[in-house]
Amino acid sequence: MKAPKFSYVRAESVEHACKLLAEHGDEARILAGGQSLIPTLNMRLSRPALLIDINRLEHLAGAIFNGKEVRVGTLTRHADVMLSHMVAKYLPLVAEAIPHVAHVAVRNRGTFGGSVALADPAAEMPACLLALGGRLVLQSVRGTREVAAEDYFHGLYQTARAPDEMLIEALIPPQTSDERSSFKELSRRHGDFAVAGVAARARVKSGTISNVRLVYFGSEVKPTLAKTAMAAAEGKIWNDATAEAVSTALASDLDPMDNLLGKPATKLHWQRVLTQRALDDITSKAKAA
Amino acid sequence: MTGTVTPKARLTPHDRPHSYVGRSLSRAGAKRAVAGKGRYTDDITLPRMLHAAFVRSPWAHARIKGIDIAAARKAPGVRVVMTGAEVAKLCTGPWVGTLTCFPTMKSAPQFPLAVERACWHGEPVVMVIADTRALAEDAAELVEIIYEELPVTVDKTTALGPGAVVLHPELGDNLAFEKTIDIGNVDQAFESADLIVEETYDFARHTAVSLEPRVLLADWDAASERLQIWTSSQTPHMIQHVIANTLGIPDHNVRVVAPDVGGSFGLKIHTYGDEIATALAAKVLGRPVKFVADRLESFGSDIHARENLIKARMAFTKAGDITAVDFDVVAGAGAYSQYPRTSVFEANQILNITAGPYKHKHYRAKATVVYLNKVPSSQYRAVGHPIGITVGESLLDLAATKLGIDPLEIRRRNAFPDAAFPTKTASGVKLADMSFTRCFDVLEKSIGYRALRADQAALRKQGVYRGIGLAAFIKGTAPGPNGYYGVGGAPISAQDACTIKLEPNGGIICAVGVTDQGQGVNDVMQQIAASALGVEMAAIRIISGDTDATPYGGGTYASRATAIGGEAVHQAARALRAEVLELAGVLLQAKPETLDLISGKIVDAATGMERLPLREIGRIAHFQVGQFPNTVHPQLSHTRRFRLLDDLYIFTNGIQAAHVEVDMETGFIKHLKHWVVEDCGRVINPQLADEQVRGGCVQGLGGALYEHCVYDENGQLINGTMADYLTPMSTEMPDIVVEHVVTPTSASELGAKGVGESGTGAAPAALMNAVNDALLPFEARVTAQPITPESILIALGRV
Repeated sequence: MKAPKFSYVRAESVEHACKLLAEHGDEARILAGGQSLIPTLNMRLSRPALLIDINRLEHLAGAIFNGKEVRVGTLTRHADVMLSHMVAKYLPLVAEAIPHVAHVAVRNRGTFGGSVALADPAAEMPACLLALGGRLVLQSVRGTREVAAEDYFHGLYQTARAPDEMLIEALIPPQTSDERSSFKELSRRHGDFAVAGVAARARVKSGTISNVRLVYFGSEVKPTLAKTAMAAAEGKIWNDATAEAVSTALASDLDPMDNLLGKPATKLHWQRVLTQRALDDITSKAKAA
Repeated sequence: MTGTVTPKARLTPHDRPHSYVGRSLSRAGAKRAVAGKGRYTDDITLPRMLHAAFVRSPWAHARIKGIDIAAARKAPGVRVVMTGAEVAKLCTGPWVGTLTCFPTMKSAPQFPLAVERACWHGEPVVMVIADTRALAEDAAELVEIIYEELPVTVDKTTALGPGAVVLHPELGDNLAFEKTIDIGNVDQAFESADLIVEETYDFARHTAVSLEPRVLLADWDAASERLQIWTSSQTPHMIQHVIANTLGIPDHNVRVVAPDVGGSFGLKIHTYGDEIATALAAKVLGRPVKFVADRLESFGSDIHARENLIKARMAFTKAGDITAVDFDVVAGAGAYSQYPRTSVFEANQILNITAGPYKHKHYRAKATVVYLNKVPSSQYRAVGHPIGITVGESLLDLAATKLGIDPLEIRRRNAFPDAAFPTKTASGVKLADMSFTRCFDVLEKSIGYRALRADQAALRKQGVYRGIGLAAFIKGTAPGPNGYYGVGGAPISAQDACTIKLEPNGGIICAVGVTDQGQGVNDVMQQIAASALGVEMAAIRIISGDTDATPYGGGTYASRATAIGGEAVHQAARALRAEVLELAGVLLQAKPETLDLISGKIVDAATGMERLPLREIGRIAHFQVGQFPNTVHPQLSHTRRFRLLDDLYIFTNGIQAAHVEVDMETGFIKHLKHWVVEDCGRVINPQLADEQVRGGCVQGLGGALYEHCVYDENGQLINGTMADYLTPMSTEMPDIVVEHVVTPTSASELGAKGVGESGTGAAPAALMNAVNDALLPFEARVTAQPITPESILIALGRV
């Protein structure tokens, strides 16, 4: 469990990091919190030629609300997202999700951008980004571009990020006062990657739900927007019949992975249970408000 | 301890002012560990030290057709690269993991590294020694091995069937061991039974996962032809012999030191090829060589355990009396029987202890142990007990449900009453000094059993499903000399020893054969010595884990340290005390029996008046020994050895209870609370005893809920990382309430039985019974461990 040889450069600026990425492409990896990268290096599952350490680029850390949207810098530690009153105010879904991200030690080092860039299928932040309609800012020597979360996550650890691009920040529209959200996940032990999970949001008006957005993670190869299930819920009263329709629709939205964490049928079952619980939660939050 | 000494002539060793037995003293060892001052094997760095890395088989079964080490040899920092064949040539011979106490068993010869064939995924094949571990790993990647992949045997249920690939053709088949116990008339008892319950139980393979992995550092002194070993071991004397014998060095020229050890759980009482090869490399190179098993290697080379499939049935009368027990165990050992303790012990122990608390008379049990292309299995904390206890206790609950009898009542009805001891179980093991009746009473009160049942019924109506699971148990501790191991031909001592010495300043050096792995054995020995001798704790220094400095002993395993090693300390300290009082008598011109040694002072036994401090005896007997008449020869050093006599074990007993809530929609289990009432005889340090029980429970619950070495059909271990192999974590573990009923063992003066494994033994059974109790309204049951949320949903028919 000793990492193979690699070169190491501490990036002086984003431009410096991008220049190195342009030179080394897929042979280089950005080192942020290192909570996934370092174990894969030590297990020799990954052998990049170059690590580009961005930990000194402090302007990439921190989350702010600019009056229009929330900007989460790529180097923002999970712990700082968790402690942010601004996040709690404008992104209650993220605030609800973040305690599920691993354990304290991992949250202290691990970064928002690292989690999004890696695109682990069980990660919470990618699911939240997709549920909230966030956008991702990518920079390279070729310039800067924005990619919607819906277009960013391509598959198992696959994203729209080109090998020469660096993830700079996420731009997330704030949740509105007339919508409610809920985050539910199942993991074998607290802090483990989820075996099933849902990030849900909707507007609720006299029992009727609209603008429903359901994103599933853990069971799927990537965070997945359940469009059929969302359509089945849209504009309906949240009751047993709607729940049944959503549950049925979910089968055509999801294609759970078969692995050590469970069979596809089991994962679909879990996602259905979580959907029920998330929408129950959303409607009861609306009642309480 | 200070203050007036109470003048009581008839004080026993346990109620004197310096009596530390029965007190929760804080541990000296804990302070060191918490301060980061522990010194583990990997903390030791020697001049000119090299590091070992191993190339391990990527296949579960493969012929080694060729090995090209040329590139690895030329890699930077590499000192030597050795193939399995080269290592084998330097050994005096292979190991064979059989014992004559298991007369029908067979196993294949095994060298430190694979020679012609690799028989499990992870078996070491080539050793690389380099200046750093990283360089050794870099070079290991350059070793080219041509394998011819061979078909595998990974399913224990078909391993003896026609067409099964035979792992070791010279053995004829994959059968390691077969044994049947058949007592009474089982068939007739089943024919006349009012009720027969029958189920098949499946226990998954798992492993110990010690925080500190296996580590060995070897240093050969060519001038004196002595080998010094530091290693994370429970059994320094055993491993001394194994290394000496394999390398062809006299045992006494091999010094094995086990410094601080970070957990062991039975994992560190075995012979591992990579460790022996490391010692051999140090001898070949004349330089110190260190090997640290990394976590990936640990999963693929530390012993595994618990892989058993058991078909079992139990016969009952209408009133709920067990009339017969009948079961068939198929155990999946690994590729070889682990040397020198074997891989058949677990199945043998299941035969000994299943349904052990109960007074049934007709008992038939068959064990079949087969070889598989997997990591060798062997002894791990509470060997066999989690399996045997689960089977017996689960069938008992099933019968209780069918007969409409409360689970606690059916246990009371069947358990040996406290007045019954000594007695024998149907399987033939002797039970003595036990307390089921009292343990059941304490548990009932402790958990508020009736109220908890009422609460359960009320919550069920609200759709909350909770379960209460009980598991009574017997636990074999402190093995005797006539059962296994030594008597079967293994270099393992069933006795243990203590040498205790009075130093000139009145300090006491107490060297023991048992060892400390972080559970506080040394502290317990210190409490026993201080109490028996009559000195304060601070006056005593314990030395353990060093073959040059301690008397020969078996080490720590099978819950023997306190029961066996502790009694040796007690006896040695009593002997030194007797001599001290004799010497004091000469100096004070008093009869020894009129004197006493209390808190480091010689006192008048009748009045408690201080006569002489102990340090004066030390000073005079060492420096001014001429003050004694020529007929008096102070020895000041006493060695005592202790062993059980005819008994197989000192059995302990107790009962555990688990309280769980099952989410019937998701299958997830919340373990609300857990209770243990057990009888380990005299408790030396209640806090350490309780923590042994708690830690043991957590390890048992790990197996019941999470831990599983998953193999695919090709024999690939597919979850050998801490991300994929789930260990129990504090967030999921319940509060564990521990209580003791004390029935001192009559086997020793001290009266202590073993305590280290009781938690592990019965926790899985209590947990599984609790889950099945929660599932009762749904007429669903789970019978496989680990119990996963998915397995509960399957049992409920929801997926």
